[in-house]
Amino acid sequence: MGRLRAVLGHTAVRRLGEALVTLVGVSLLTFVVLRVVPGDQITASYGIAAGELSPEQIASLREYYGIDQPWPVQYLGWLGGVVTGNLGVSTTSGLSVAALTAQALPNTVELAVLAILVGLALGVPGGMLAASRPGAARDGGTQVASLLSLSVPSFLLATAVATFLANQLGWYPNGEGYRTLAEDPWLNLQQMVLPAAVLGISIASPVLQTTRTAILGVRAEDFVRTAQAKGVPPGRLQVRHVLRNALIPVVTMTGLQFGFLLSGALVAEQIFAIPGIGRQTLLGLQQKEYAVVQSTVLVIAAMFVLVNLLTDVLYRVVDPRVRLR
Amino acid sequence: MSATETGLEAPAEPTGRTRAWRSAFLTPAGVTGVALMTVVLVLAALSALGLLPHDPAAQDVGRSLLGPSGDAWFGTDQFGRDVFSRVASGLANSLRVAAVSVAVSAAVGITLGVLAGYLQGVVDRLVGVVTNVLFAFPSLLLALALAATLSRSWVTVSVAIAVVYVPIFARVARGPVLSLRTADYVLAAQAVGRSRLSTLVEHVVPNMAGILVVQTTLSLSWAILTEASLSFLGFGTPPPAASLGGMVYDAQALTSVAPWLLVFPGVGLVVAVIGLNLIGDALRSVLDPRAGGR
Repeated sequence: MGRLRAVLGHTAVRRLGEALVTLVGVSLLTFVVLRVVPGDQITASYGIAAGELSPEQIASLREYYGIDQPWPVQYLGWLGGVVTGNLGVSTTSGLSVAALTAQALPNTVELAVLAILVGLALGVPGGMLAASRPGAARDGGTQVASLLSLSVPSFLLATAVATFLANQLGWYPNGEGYRTLAEDPWLNLQQMVLPAAVLGISIASPVLQTTRTAILGVRAEDFVRTAQAKGVPPGRLQVRHVLRNALIPVVTMTGLQFGFLLSGALVAEQIFAIPGIGRQTLLGLQQKEYAVVQSTVLVIAAMFVLVNLLTDVLYRVVDPRVRLR
Repeated sequence: MSATETGLEAPAEPTGRTRAWRSAFLTPAGVTGVALMTVVLVLAALSALGLLPHDPAAQDVGRSLLGPSGDAWFGTDQFGRDVFSRVASGLANSLRVAAVSVAVSAAVGITLGVLAGYLQGVVDRLVGVVTNVLFAFPSLLLALALAATLSRSWVTVSVAIAVVYVPIFARVARGPVLSLRTADYVLAAQAVGRSRLSTLVEHVVPNMAGILVVQTTLSLSWAILTEASLSFLGFGTPPPAASLGGMVYDAQALTSVAPWLLVFPGVGLVVAVIGLNLIGDALRSVLDPRAGGR
């Protein structure tokens, strides 16, 4: 037992170190990419008027934004701010990026959680159905559905569903201003249902495939045959013995889909006018707000790295076989 | 890669390889995939050769928002542009971006992955850090940030998408190298005095070609989806060039009066992606040794 714990501790520590190195790399890359942008913060915020500024005005503005410093100094200054919770200020709204992110993040997390629920609700029963008789019509049917969900991009599905419902039924809850779950739970859920369904459908396919493969794998194991021979009733066998063990890889898979969901949230939030973190990034890119994009992207990547780390650790805790490897 | 089939010496029993190709592609899924991709390639070729019925960029306000008809097969948009020609030209654009981005990311990613797996040590660690960093970004976000900062053209969009797929190719290539580098025939080649580089090129890489071909095919379909998503968000192929994602975006406000503006580009996109996915799956069942129980 002590040795097992040592292995787990060692792996967890190693993974944590990797995650830290990754985050430093992520911050460097984010910083460098956004410094390549043609036109700096001044031309971005003043537009054509920037051409009428005197050299002195430009110099003082560059000093104000801190872009007169050499890159390494700017990077360390920004990173220092990030570590102490100062993510910079949005010049168009005058709000701090930390405050903006604190407003936007809960909306994105709510969307992601609902989407995962939809994905699991479609994918797990679908995978069970497919695995119940491999090669039969029901298996083929779910494979076709799964291929479609993989091949129809979320922006297309979202646009099609939203415009169809709005045109045919006149139902478009996202047309009125966004309400948070706390402000107006009923309206909020109506506004979330379409984007969550669209994103959920896009992750249902990998969930379905993993469930199917896992069930078929577990069913071939010796302990299932033993349970069968003992006379465990089929329903109980499928749920208590097969499904419970098959869900371990499904949980891992779902965790790994989180990054994909954040990609999808970018699109879904834009189409359904949900003020989440994806929309914040997109707005920042459109308005060329370095500080907003840089910090938001870093927050998103950090979340992604953390979720992957947690998924990995959780997987090791849940499945003792992985610890020994 | 293709099995040489004489057909004269052993007609009764096709070789195992020929049988594998047949059983993979002569299935409903394989046939559908090839048929869909044929349609896509024909449309793209028509556009590339300038054989479209109308100029995809030519505006004619007198003919705006016409429904599908004998002249304009897929109807016209709000500027009177022919939707069929624009879908064909959009497909050509999708394929062009997908081909360039996947070629670049495959070249860079496979080189990195093979070197990491073969040389190990410091190289492996460095490549590991780079792939981890690139994987830490949600793929669309990274492509978006890159595409937004570069000047907009189909080439920069391809580069942005290529960067996103480099770590995938690196990881896919590294795995098989790890087991192949200690395979008996590789060790034997080294024992008779072949250099590490020639062993790598002659013995390791050819033996993982199958896996890489499958990965490339599937990546093409992801690249098409990514390009379309970028164009939809306004950071992809710049107008007036036709892009399927941009056409879907423009169609949003007009779906109640002109649903064909949404339907045809959408179907075109989905057909291309399904076609590539089906072909990729069929290739996998032939070429990927790990695919046995799928």
